Amino acid sequence: MLRVDALEAIYPELKDQIVVTIMGAVAVELFTLGHRHNFFYLEHAMGLASSMGLGIAVAMPRHKVIVIDGDGSLLMNLGTLSTMARYSPGNLVHIVFDNASLLSVGGFPTATATGTDLAGVARACAVPQVTEAHTPDQLKSAVAGALAGGKLTTIVAKVEAIGPKSFHMDLPLLENRFQFKRALEGLKALRQHE
Amino acid sequence: MPVSLANSQVIYEALKACDVKIMSALPETWLVHLIRMADDDPEVTLIRVAKEEEAIGISAGAHLAGVSSALLMQNHGFLAAINPIVSLAQLYKIPLLMLISYRGHMGERDPWQTQGGMITEPLLRTLGIPVWHLSNPNDARRRIKGAQTLAHASLSPVAVLLTRELMWEE
Repeated sequence: MLRVDALEAIYPELKDQIVVTIMGAVAVELFTLGHRHNFFYLEHAMGLASSMGLGIAVAMPRHKVIVIDGDGSLLMNLGTLSTMARYSPGNLVHIVFDNASLLSVGGFPTATATGTDLAGVARACAVPQVTEAHTPDQLKSAVAGALAGGKLTTIVAKVEAIGPKSFHMDLPLLENRFQFKRALEGLKALRQHE
Repeated sequence: MPVSLANSQVIYEALKACDVKIMSALPETWLVHLIRMADDDPEVTLIRVAKEEEAIGISAGAHLAGVSSALLMQNHGFLAAINPIVSLAQLYKIPLLMLISYRGHMGERDPWQTQGGMITEPLLRTLGIPVWHLSNPNDARRRIKGAQTLAHASLSPVAVLLTRELMWEE
């Protein structure tokens, strides 16, 4: 499947949730589908989107947090799977788009191209719910299930190594950062009034 | 174990006075009492990381979610976390309250700690990270609060170096 089709399929699930993505193609594609103030694109610090998601999930236990990771990023911080599994926040959904490639920096193959199984690693780290998706529909139902299920979930979605023509995003990273923090304040305030 | 329990308690109370709700840590001898205190405290979530880089991400997430956090790390953990300190915390203007056990400096007998000890302060200076040394327990409350205040006002990482005089009873 194409990642852009997968993102389009899950966009209705994402749009009202706290979302943290890695840099590169996935950030541009989500931004292009429709930026929201509750979306944060981590434009550097490869590997740490999931750690940021864990920090948010622990700090805001009444809200759902969705991390959109990639195979290259996750391979740079495999320890995150053991840390997330150790605390298993039920409000955290960890999607990994695995294109077996460092697409945004020249397309070199990652270790998933030679057999490293990220879903297997997540299971071995004791992530309580691990699923794989090969079609946009499978991904959509996996994300909906994870949001409804209340268990830390890692979803590995196999995608083709095809990205956008341009990596330009008309959103300065500090604007995104301050916007996102305000959006989280707003979400917390809303929930307090319920 | 000659790690000072009394001074660890003083440091922990200073963190509590700063309304710190999330602490990250990686086990390290000088930090054992602090880590146990955080683990036993129902008001604090302790996240034991596999590597200190993760802790920068966790604190960044906590800050964006409006919750105060602190990082307990050895100076070699600080060395391990330099890339995310630069490319997450400094790039994105994220405050960090880093309590760093200052191994390998004056009084150090373990040869393997010394190289990291000697370059810790030069690296903190190179990165432009403000530093408090904490040697006297009477300074703990004011200096830790002062570090947190500066971190939040400047939206930057700030370091408190926990020295041998404070942490180790010989």
